[in-house]
Amino acid sequence: MQWNSVGEFFAMGGYALYVWGSFGACAILLIAEPFLAKRRLKQIRQSLIRERLADELESQQRTQ
Amino acid sequence: MNAFFATVRRDLLLAMRRKSEVLTAVFFFVIVTSLFPLGIGPEPVLLKKIAPGILWVAALLATLLGLPRLFAADHVDGTLEQMALSPSPLGLLVAGKILAHWLLCGLPLVLLAPVLGLQFDLDASALGILTLALLLGTPLLSLIGAIGAALTLGVRGGGVLLALLVLPLYIPALIFGAGAVEAHIAGLDVGGHLSLLAAMLVLAAFFAPWATTAALRIALE
Amino acid sequence: MRQSLIQWFKFASPQSFYPLAGRMIPWFWAAAAVFGIAGLWISFFVAPTDAQQGEGYRIIFVHVPASWMSMFIYVVMAFWAGRGLALNTRVSAMMAQSLAPTGALMAALSLWTGALWGKPMWGAWWVWDARLTSELILFFLYLGFMALQAAIDDPRRADKAGAILALVGVVNIPIIYFSVKWWNTLHQGSTINLNKAPSMAQTMLWGMLLMALAFWMYSIAVALMRVRAIILERERHTEWVKHAVE
Repeated sequence: MQWNSVGEFFAMGGYALYVWGSFGACAILLIAEPFLAKRRLKQIRQSLIRERLADELESQQRTQ
Repeated sequence: MNAFFATVRRDLLLAMRRKSEVLTAVFFFVIVTSLFPLGIGPEPVLLKKIAPGILWVAALLATLLGLPRLFAADHVDGTLEQMALSPSPLGLLVAGKILAHWLLCGLPLVLLAPVLGLQFDLDASALGILTLALLLGTPLLSLIGAIGAALTLGVRGGGVLLALLVLPLYIPALIFGAGAVEAHIAGLDVGGHLSLLAAMLVLAAFFAPWATTAALRIALE
Repeated sequence: MRQSLIQWFKFASPQSFYPLAGRMIPWFWAAAAVFGIAGLWISFFVAPTDAQQGEGYRIIFVHVPASWMSMFIYVVMAFWAGRGLALNTRVSAMMAQSLAPTGALMAALSLWTGALWGKPMWGAWWVWDARLTSELILFFLYLGFMALQAAIDDPRRADKAGAILALVGVVNIPIIYFSVKWWNTLHQGSTINLNKAPSMAQTMLWGMLLMALAFWMYSIAVALMRVRAIILERERHTEWVKHAVE
């Protein structure tokens, strides 16, 4: 281990902007992408559930 | 083979009746190349250095300008569907259309390039290499562009999309085409550039009509 | 033989692939997390400071995996697209469609981290190096693929048109890379020579491999997530989808 303190670790030997800029961008995008994919799945599922409920409601009304 | 030449003749005839469309691309080429010295300044040394790149990029864009029309009119009036149903293979007819497109949009650029090269203080041998490189390169542009034109046929925002699809694929032609002239100006051998351009042309002549046909069949479904 | 073939085709239908993908996703996430943590540990705490580049070289641990994945995903995408075109299997085309955004993201990350690495090392955010230029073109190819698919309303036509574009792209990638490399050697005006990389220590290589594995597992997991959404969107009028979302 070559870091003597936490501050030194975050300073990255003077390359903090570049190193954390790279790792940070990767972290943000790689966390955002699954969330967007998850949201897309959730949206289509909800829309399908709504559709099914509407169908059921309609068939109930018809039988009444 | 008769069907091939018939298609070429037909497309040329149709274009002759609507001359303005053909002339647009040519004027575009002339104007764009003439704008660069106005934007950059009249210094001959600099202009001579950037001439091959400018002429090639302008040729690329001018070819792109004519591409959306390659299949559009035939698609709208149903000719394309008749072609797909005709006994002669669609690939042959498509190759004919591509050749006609090159004769209308590519060849005028090749013939004009030496004249426009004079604006950039290129000497006679450099102009010769430029013309030769464009002669090998512009058919390549028409062939690759035809794939893009077929893929974007009847699609929303087709023109811009076509540029997005086709321009990245044009990069090798641009590099070797402009590179040949640059190498000549720098006193290097241009054989390598021209042979690679020719090799790409052969490859594209073999595969592009085939891919274009496949794309057209999808569009016609 | 016949039995196993039927097994394969069973998973080639969206109906059976949808739950299968759902079961596989947590495993790929777990693998991505394990490889990622191990890779990050090596990249920050085990790998020694580089003699020439100081701590700045640590960008390599995300830059190289992102670049590798961006190229690899394009080939995989073209494979699925071509398979979908040849065999007319719906799931293959959906896989190709779901891989494209991840591939584009990897190409964007590769360009971004490359710029952040280039600035302190060569003094420029961007140089027209062969590798950087081809990566940029690859990014454009991804954008073209996604734009074409988005512009066509009929999903079957979008699949097929996208497949042709992906295949044309995959044939062109070696030509583009070669031409850009040639162009770059001709214009060797800059003093920067990227090939003079510091000799790679064993630990650095391990860190890079682990990070690459993490990116790989991540890509599979996120592509499977997206393909599940695509399956539901495309098959929303079928009977099985109505029961799949109880």
